[in-house]
Amino acid sequence: MTTPTAAHTPRAAVANPVASRGRSLARAVLAQTRTELKLTLRRGESLLITIIVPVVLLAFFASLRFVPAGAGAPITYLLPGILALAIMSTGMVSLGIATAYERYYGVLKRLGSSPLPRGGLLLAKGLSVLGIEIVQTLLLVALAIFGYGWRPAGSFWAALLVIVLGSAAFAGLGMLMAGALRAEATLAGANGLFLIFLMLGGGILPIDHLPGFLQATASVLPAAALTTALRAAMTPGGAVPLGALALLAGWAVIFLGAAATTFKWE
Amino acid sequence: MRAIRHARYPVKAVSESRTRMSVNPIPSAASTAPQASGPAATIDAIVVDRLTKTYGDHVAVNALSFSVPPGQVFALLGPNGAGKTTTVEILEGYRAADSGVVRVLGLDPRRDGAALKPRIGVMLQQDGLYPGLQAREVLDLYAHFFDDPEDPGALIERVGLSDAARTRCRQLSGGQKRRLALAVALVGKPTLLFLDEPTTGMDPQARRATWEIIRGVKARGTTVLLTTHFMDEAERLADRVAIIDNGALIALDTPAALTRIESGNAVRFTATPGLDTAALAALPSAANAWEDQPGRYVIETQTPPALLAELTTWLRDQGAELSELRVGHASLEDVFLRLTGKEMRE
Repeated sequence: MTTPTAAHTPRAAVANPVASRGRSLARAVLAQTRTELKLTLRRGESLLITIIVPVVLLAFFASLRFVPAGAGAPITYLLPGILALAIMSTGMVSLGIATAYERYYGVLKRLGSSPLPRGGLLLAKGLSVLGIEIVQTLLLVALAIFGYGWRPAGSFWAALLVIVLGSAAFAGLGMLMAGALRAEATLAGANGLFLIFLMLGGGILPIDHLPGFLQATASVLPAAALTTALRAAMTPGGAVPLGALALLAGWAVIFLGAAATTFKWE
Repeated sequence: MRAIRHARYPVKAVSESRTRMSVNPIPSAASTAPQASGPAATIDAIVVDRLTKTYGDHVAVNALSFSVPPGQVFALLGPNGAGKTTTVEILEGYRAADSGVVRVLGLDPRRDGAALKPRIGVMLQQDGLYPGLQAREVLDLYAHFFDDPEDPGALIERVGLSDAARTRCRQLSGGQKRRLALAVALVGKPTLLFLDEPTTGMDPQARRATWEIIRGVKARGTTVLLTTHFMDEAERLADRVAIIDNGALIALDTPAALTRIESGNAVRFTATPGLDTAALAALPSAANAWEDQPGRYVIETQTPPALLAELTTWLRDQGAELSELRVGHASLEDVFLRLTGKEMRE
């Protein structure tokens, strides 16, 4: 307003427009990421599902000395499964429900006419998911080491790859629901799916213990793909089964693609 | 109270021919200082040319044309469902036009959104605030999206929310949320400000305060496009008013000029519906008479005092009810009623 000439010739007024635009974008994405994290920490229900539920599940089943036939030490079997559930709770449940309500309250629409681009908003949401997952992983791994004598095994990089792919798939599923369903439907759907994935995903109860007709279905679900791949990456030897990895990548592409094409911002 | 205060803006030749001619998408020569360069040299901040938008069978906007010179406050006035919000949201880049051309600061809002968004401020009908953030946190967040933002602390004081700065948005009242949404629209020091029903839900005191803020924004040279269904708001704030109904433009002028058309020496009254308007027109001092709406009458006269004596006598003789009687200058409300045959608010 005070510099009308510059205001009307933005390209000419800036010495290095590309660098300047990059700085502006980085500042905006950083502020948005901080906001996403702040809001997650303020939502009691988000903390319950992302932090408390995985920690309690791990402590409960590890203390029961629940060992499926053929598996090694309980904690070696349980930790990858609970980490997989933690990823689902962050990407699908917490992100999905929060985004659905942001859409309902018109927050996403309002952000749409701000200089923060859609891609910047999605990047901020992705970064905040990774931030929560780092906290979850540190907590669960610390509990496993100090509570149940877990020793790191397998391949760190393979596990990281699986975690990133799994995060993409379940964040995609959360965003798919958030962008297409009513907020209440996303709330119910995300929690319902979490329960189904808890039972059928192989995180706690091995898939081959399920009745035959469920096994085939369960083994192609994204939850089973994530659990199987992560467990393989975290066992000595650390060979990732390419089948599970490909299945997980396929789900990630499907969910993110469907979310990108169906997402309604208002 | 009357629209005289806006008369410093010269009455432009009424809309159609002017807007058609002013479609000029060259962005670089634009200036926000009409005083300095004169109207002939400026590029309009907003150009809408034969804009049409349909939803299924419903024509939301119908061949609408208008333009807004830099620095003006322009009001889109119309009842709910008139197409105001659809028009504004096309200008903000939320929706694509079915046909017609829109230019905002010389840019195409759909194609050039990234270049346009740093230069506009937007206040939607839905506030769009994070319920879990404090008022100040929302403003701080949006401030980070701009290279040279307003100071959030000063701005929150300007909109009268200092005491609520640390209150979470879900606990703010409707009017407080509206004021915060206004602050969010202002935080990027916009060249052009879109305000969709800015004072809906505010108490009278907050409305007046908001009007003062909008006047202040205008005084700095910002162009404002305002939608409202409050007549007094348009009359007090706007340099020019476009009245739209069913998506089409039905009048466009300064508030003073719009009401002048309707004024002259008219006597308006509300009485029993269905009175004989021919008999009213035949009163000795009446020039013309009609029933605007059932029970609402207008009589044109050169001699209001004489007409009033004749009218009240006539009404008494008819045994008619008389509930309202007014002489003189019309309000925008009268203009609207006359042009659309509708009440503004149900």
